[in-house]
Amino acid sequence: MQFFLEVLIGGLLSGVMYSLVALGFVLIFKASGVFNFAQGAMVLFAALTFVSLEERGLPRWGALLASLAIMLGLALVIERVVLRPLVNQPAISLLMATIGLTFCLEGLAQGVWGSVVKGLDLGIPDVPFDVKGVLVSQFDLFAAAIAGFLVAVLALFFQYTRVGRALRAVADDHQAALSLGIPLQTVWAVVWAAAGAVALVAGLLWGSRLGVQFALSVITLKALPVLILGGFTSIAGAIVGGLLVGASEKLAEVYLGPVLGGGIENWFPYVLALLFLLVRPEGLFGEKHIDRV
Amino acid sequence: MPASATPPQAEGPLLSLNSIEVVYDHVILVLRGVSLDVPRGGIVALLGANGAGKTTTLKAVSNLLRSERGAVTKGTIHLDGQRVDALTPTEVVRRGVIQVMEGRHCFAHLSVEENLLTGAYTGRRSRAELRADLERVYGYFPRLKEKRRTLAGYTSGGEQQMTAVGRALMTRPRLILLDEPSMGLAPQLAEEILDIMRRLNQQQGVSFLLAEQNVAAALRFAHHGYILENGRVVMEGQAAQLANNEDVKEFYLGLGKSGRRSFRDAKHYRRRKRWLA
Ligand SMILES: Nc1ncnc2c1ncn2[C@@H]1O[C@H](COP(=O)(O)OP(=O)(O)O)[C@@H](O)[C@H]1O
Ligand SMILES: [Mg+2]
Repeated sequence: MQFFLEVLIGGLLSGVMYSLVALGFVLIFKASGVFNFAQGAMVLFAALTFVSLEERGLPRWGALLASLAIMLGLALVIERVVLRPLVNQPAISLLMATIGLTFCLEGLAQGVWGSVVKGLDLGIPDVPFDVKGVLVSQFDLFAAAIAGFLVAVLALFFQYTRVGRALRAVADDHQAALSLGIPLQTVWAVVWAAAGAVALVAGLLWGSRLGVQFALSVITLKALPVLILGGFTSIAGAIVGGLLVGASEKLAEVYLGPVLGGGIENWFPYVLALLFLLVRPEGLFGEKHIDRV
Repeated sequence: MPASATPPQAEGPLLSLNSIEVVYDHVILVLRGVSLDVPRGGIVALLGANGAGKTTTLKAVSNLLRSERGAVTKGTIHLDGQRVDALTPTEVVRRGVIQVMEGRHCFAHLSVEENLLTGAYTGRRSRAELRADLERVYGYFPRLKEKRRTLAGYTSGGEQQMTAVGRALMTRPRLILLDEPSMGLAPQLAEEILDIMRRLNQQQGVSFLLAEQNVAAALRFAHHGYILENGRVVMEGQAAQLANNEDVKEFYLGLGKSGRRSFRDAKHYRRRKRWLA
């Protein structure tokens, strides 16, 4: 039982890291209906920027603020250069654009900062500590706290601010939003900026786990089952989806691994997501279409 | 909501379209020289069959055309004597012109009150002012107050139309471009909504440009009317005068010289006789 709890908690906490990546997707998808293929590349770009700035002698907080500023600037540039010319184009063109953006960002990141794997030490000791006999990773707890904070801030922003309300309005019906004078460009710039900030946090946490390297970009793929489980339009869904994926893949690895052979962790989330698609295609928290005449 | 900003120039029409042409996708010519005026405090009806170009005309004014790959290629649009055809939709809203789109377009996953609040996006207002604006809207539409916490997607068609109009009122407009408000509503409810518009017009001095296929209802509501066919104005006049015009009766009100005609007859006639071939 104690072992089960340990696996479960470890899984849940590592799931938080998936949630963070998924969160970036949800923000952009919600406001613009675009699946931002480049979210993973943004994570890589953010982490690499932070590490490289620190390497060049900036103090930790300075590097953090500078990276944040760069991610926000990047969001504005993307809105201006990539999104604005594609307004009113079919969703597929925008998806293509974000795929192109992925390569640009990866190239840019490695061109500017180099392609060596870099270590990232946030200074949080990754030693497990004991909670009533159950070992919990301190780093995972820290990551979970950060994610929780980020989500709370975003949720409050969406629910109670003028711009947050405008974002939800645009997500619902962008024509109507436009007719009320809500400028789509502003809204898009805001969500991309938020997604950029989330990417920075995700990049730092993942980077300190895996090292800052090209593979960070691929965590995009890890987010997919999370999104299918949680729904593409729900912040809560991204969180719960991430927890589910984290917990179930660890449990599957430990309990099904001996039967089915190892490496389950890598494909189990996809199977789960596929099964889920059959039962509830809009995801756990995805917005149902309200069909009413 | 009251006609807040004092107009910079109190003479001449509030809105004036001067032979505008509108083209979609660079090639599809939809409006072929439409001219019309909306006087200050006036209610003007834009009438015509489906596809005549009513919605396009309204979108040319609100400048929502651009987002549909449409553009005004000829002619001018003046508001208060100033050209507005190059403004963004946001700037048009800031100048007090708001379009209530055909088909209501409420934000389904926002509550009724949140829908209303989105109308206040462009104008920075204090909390107290927002509250006052909301109460004014609720004053005109008491039903919305009852439903304020309900998601708009779960309200009835009539309530959604009220939400759409109320949301527009939150922008404090001087001119409302109202696109087929009675579409899909029971006649009584449509009439109720038009009554509220009339009160808005009389009490707050809000002007209206109303696009309608329901010619009878529109002519009862409006002061002045324009009839659009195939992207051209084919007739205009005082509402009462239009309502008594034999051709209008025949083609739009379904009333011939020999009394009420069936829809089929009207269609038959329309095929034979048009103002413009
Ligand atoms: N976005 C668009 N692209 C191309 N053609 C359009 C577009 N919107 C409307 N049209 C065409 O313009 C004409 C007028 O449409 P519309 O202004 O909606 O008429 P109404 O509102 O009077 O029914 C129609 O023939 C319609 O097919
Ligand atoms: Mg129309």
